[in-house]
Amino acid sequence: MVTVTRGYRAFQAVNAVALAGVVLVTLFPFVNIVARSFSGEQEIRAGQVTFWPKGFNLTTYERVMSDALFWTNYRNTVVYTVVATAIALVLTTCYAYVLSKKNLKGRGLLVGIAVFTMFFNGGLIPNYVLVSTLGLRNSLWAIVLPNAISVFNLLVMKAFFESLPSELEEAAAVDGSGTYGTLLRIVLPLSKAVLATMLLFYAVSFWNSWFAGFLYMDRQELFPVTVYLRNLIAGATAGTDNTASSEAALQIAASIQAVTIVLTMLPIMLVYPFIQRFFVSGVTLGAVKG
Amino acid sequence: MRKPADGDLKTPVAGGLSEAPRGDLREPAAGDRTGTVGGGARRAPGRTWRQALRRDWQLYSLAVLPLMFFLVFRYLPMLGNVIAFRRYEPGGDLFGERWVGLRYFEMFLADPTFWQVFTNTVVLGGLTLLFCFPLPIVLALLLNEVRTRWLKGLVQTVSYLPHFLSIVVVAGLVLQTVSVDGVINQGLRAAGEDPVAFIQEAGWFRTIYVSSEVWQTVGWGTILYLAALTTIDHDLYDQAKVDGANRWRQTWHVTLPGIRPTMITLLILNIGTFLAVGFEKVLLLYNPLTFTTADVVSTYLYRVGIVSGSFSYATAIGLFEALIGLALVLGANTLSRRTTGTSLW
Repeated sequence: MVTVTRGYRAFQAVNAVALAGVVLVTLFPFVNIVARSFSGEQEIRAGQVTFWPKGFNLTTYERVMSDALFWTNYRNTVVYTVVATAIALVLTTCYAYVLSKKNLKGRGLLVGIAVFTMFFNGGLIPNYVLVSTLGLRNSLWAIVLPNAISVFNLLVMKAFFESLPSELEEAAAVDGSGTYGTLLRIVLPLSKAVLATMLLFYAVSFWNSWFAGFLYMDRQELFPVTVYLRNLIAGATAGTDNTASSEAALQIAASIQAVTIVLTMLPIMLVYPFIQRFFVSGVTLGAVKG
Repeated sequence: MRKPADGDLKTPVAGGLSEAPRGDLREPAAGDRTGTVGGGARRAPGRTWRQALRRDWQLYSLAVLPLMFFLVFRYLPMLGNVIAFRRYEPGGDLFGERWVGLRYFEMFLADPTFWQVFTNTVVLGGLTLLFCFPLPIVLALLLNEVRTRWLKGLVQTVSYLPHFLSIVVVAGLVLQTVSVDGVINQGLRAAGEDPVAFIQEAGWFRTIYVSSEVWQTVGWGTILYLAALTTIDHDLYDQAKVDGANRWRQTWHVTLPGIRPTMITLLILNIGTFLAVGFEKVLLLYNPLTFTTADVVSTYLYRVGIVSGSFSYATAIGLFEALIGLALVLGANTLSRRTTGTSLW
């Protein structure tokens, strides 16, 4: 269907090479970190590890995995992620459903309250003061509550609910179903795809978050694993010392850093091939203006 | 038609039941809670709040907890910014102790460190915008020309991956790549050069920051463009071909105009977050040796406020930054609406 000129064929070849380059450059740091994680400390220090492990060994994995604090922090991440995702999902669904009702009185105000926060927020210090004043420090709620609704996710869900045919809900209403019943029995079963997408959006973002844990947790047994890793790469042992002194970082074995990085990103890497398409469809849906 | 519940069959109690057959299309009688679900959806506007609450109270009740979230964790901190104008004692009143006027603003405007971090922020934000805004467009256009499905799929899958990683993991990958025993120094050694401790040299910070930002965001940034590209009417290409346009001219006259609204929307959003340059990433990558180029407004106010405890002073800086950000996004949006007709809302 396309008449292919010689110039265009040459472009196709160059393009394929360029894109292959993109793939290699993107993947290389992952290959390198895995190679380092299986290598001996001396070989890493000597700058010999590039694509393949040198001085192959599993002792670094054994060392990191025998650290009780690492597992405590890993478990914290799981608990924080599960609780935060569940709460965020419920609140986002409720509010998005309300906002999707085109003729609801006050809808514009309710949308505005949410959207304005995308462009202006209280800032680091007032948030910090608030969380501390509410006494949420050193509790799960310091991580969960301040991030309970992402406005972006809210707008994605709202767009989805608006795209559902209104006849079904009207029929349910005529059959005497209340708002709660309609939402639970009619709307949510039709929304499994968007619910799965939202679940993944929230779960990945809570799994990856570190700053709230870093800011509000004073004891290391409360840290999420991301803060464990941060302290490792920053060379800090504990506490909220912020200066990421690179001198100190050198004291921590490079192989241990590599193993911890690999173990922290492993769950995301394992599920990534299956969840990627949900993310793409979610983002595209959210971009529908409305 | 409404099917009444069993008990309703003989005694139509709800007002809505008796009215419906008469074809009354106006407001349902008071007390009818069941026939109005969902909506708000079918009614003419112009109800009073009283009527709306009576009819849609179940719907409003779903908004209560989310509204509490927004009021407590989004709007209360906005009000909390008054401590930029009031003296705040740690552990004291959320809104400070007494008014001090613009003292904290005068303080940071006279603070040379503030102006240094402000300059750093503008430079880092500008460089990020310069590279991270156009590169996804280029990559999307290149991907759009790929006719081999698996190759396109592979490039997309791989290039989206960094977006899913924790910023701490990204920082870890950056640090090991630029470390003295890392890959870049291996290359330098192979070329007979001396190794460079990149992460400790202020002169390299911007390069490291921007390259890692490109690595992390460019693939993911193509998604919206690829979605927009699929919506371009294929007849336009056929017409362009009839007019004798080659591939390059087709791209220039059909493809680019087709994704222009997406480009403008993303540009406005990028300008709005211009000053909010990756606070977490800078915090993870910088160190006292690189402060002269790496320290940005947000990291400075973090150190001044949370590490040193000057909450009011740091709040004044944060408020200043947030207001500039808001002004930038509003300004960019107004400019865009006047010149191109594209607007965020």
